[in-house]
Amino acid sequence: MARITFIQPDGSASTVEIPNGLTVMEGAIENGITGVIAQCGGSCSCSTCHCYVAPEWMGVLPPPEEEETGLIEFAWEPREESRLTCQIRVTDALDGLVLHVPAEQL
Amino acid sequence: MPTTIIAGAGHAGGQTAISLRQAGYEGRIVVCGDEPVPPYQRPPLSKKYLCGELALERVLLRPESFYATHDIELRLGSAVREFAPERRSVVLDGGESLDYTDLVIATGSRPRRLEVPGSDLGNIFYLRTLEDADAIGKELVAGRRLVVVGGGYIGLEIASTAKGLGMKVCVVEAADRILGRVTAPEMSAYYTHAHRARGVDVRLSTGIVSFEGDGMVRGVVCADETIPADVVVIGVGITPNEGLAASAGIPCDGGILVDERCAAAEHVYAVGDCTRHPNRILGRRLRLESVQNALEQARTAAANIAGTPTKYEQIPWFWSDQFDLKLQMVGMSQGYDTIVQRGSMDADDFAMFYLKEGMLIAADAVNRPREFMACRQLVPQRPSIDPVKLADESIPMKEMV
Repeated sequence: MARITFIQPDGSASTVEIPNGLTVMEGAIENGITGVIAQCGGSCSCSTCHCYVAPEWMGVLPPPEEEETGLIEFAWEPREESRLTCQIRVTDALDGLVLHVPAEQL
Repeated sequence: MPTTIIAGAGHAGGQTAISLRQAGYEGRIVVCGDEPVPPYQRPPLSKKYLCGELALERVLLRPESFYATHDIELRLGSAVREFAPERRSVVLDGGESLDYTDLVIATGSRPRRLEVPGSDLGNIFYLRTLEDADAIGKELVAGRRLVVVGGGYIGLEIASTAKGLGMKVCVVEAADRILGRVTAPEMSAYYTHAHRARGVDVRLSTGIVSFEGDGMVRGVVCADETIPADVVVIGVGITPNEGLAASAGIPCDGGILVDERCAAAEHVYAVGDCTRHPNRILGRRLRLESVQNALEQARTAAANIAGTPTKYEQIPWFWSDQFDLKLQMVGMSQGYDTIVQRGSMDADDFAMFYLKEGMLIAADAVNRPREFMACRQLVPQRPSIDPVKLADESIPMKEMV
């Protein structure tokens, strides 16, 4: 179980609890987080669950695979902290994770 | 209080309800469907759900509790049987009558049946619903023989899943190439080779004469031979469920005809597989069998019902996971005059670009997310791109956008 905070472009934040084993995207969808769309349902075939990881959490997450990196490159305004949340699996180590939701998804 | 009734609790129907609440709709929402489960995602049914890698909870579009929390009424196992547009009321299976302000038809589609002698034998399946996937999944056992009838995406995905489970798999296709309806001969040849190289017996130009067996199917009878089978899955296309709309006088023509707002008549919308919609970018009507189409039409209809006039104007995109091959497609390649390959088919790492009169109209990418994503941005603009540049791996896709 991890408490994960999603910060919207307007600064509003919501913190949700996501069980271990789910992906961050699945937790966001279940909790109705605005801006996390996940059109392909988590098969790493679109980029609509894109979020920015708070810089202090960058070192904690396992690095992205090539297929994720390729999609991110063409996501909406990609940055170094960009991740596809369907590729981040929740563990206790992610308790407190902060993610910024982008203003748009492509 | 305004009421929206959604006829159909599949991917599109479920998303319509979710999008209505996201759009701030405060009226009553009732989702009616014939299946006993809450709306779920269909793509995993031929892949990770079928092999048991993904549990039911993770296939659901939302957990069941979500609907109560968001004040969405689910009438499961209770489809809309008929409706009267002039009275704005529906009748459900079981006879209950409900009035609506807006109706959304999301009745989806059903597998086309293959009617040959023996097609009612046991262990012959079609895949559309969770129930179908559960029934097929039980029969996918290592060492047994699966014959897949139809070399489309569904059939090839099932073949890939079954092979991964250790079955002996044969794909039988009536046409002279697989994926003939959806892609270019080059891609068909590539996927035929890819399946054969991974142990699938692919038979082309092979029609089915009948099925034989002793209650259970034992063989698939073709013109020249009988292919032994313990399990058969048939995937030869779908038929849109337009009956509910047609019987209420809504115009249908191989799909419920909707406008770019997803409206089929006054206060009646239709979304997903069951619709035929105008695509302004392509300049023609399309009936699409895809998740993108289901979700985006659902969002469009929901926005219009919630009071924000919205049009559905997108270039179609699709994906298909088979073995270690992640295929991602953008646009409709029909009518292309030039095909350009970038990367290597031998390495399972390439993209095919389709051009018409010099303009990029579609792309198929295998294990090439950059090419796929770049083309999602490029194709709607119909850009003129030099084919030599597209094929040149030293020029990053970023520079083409």
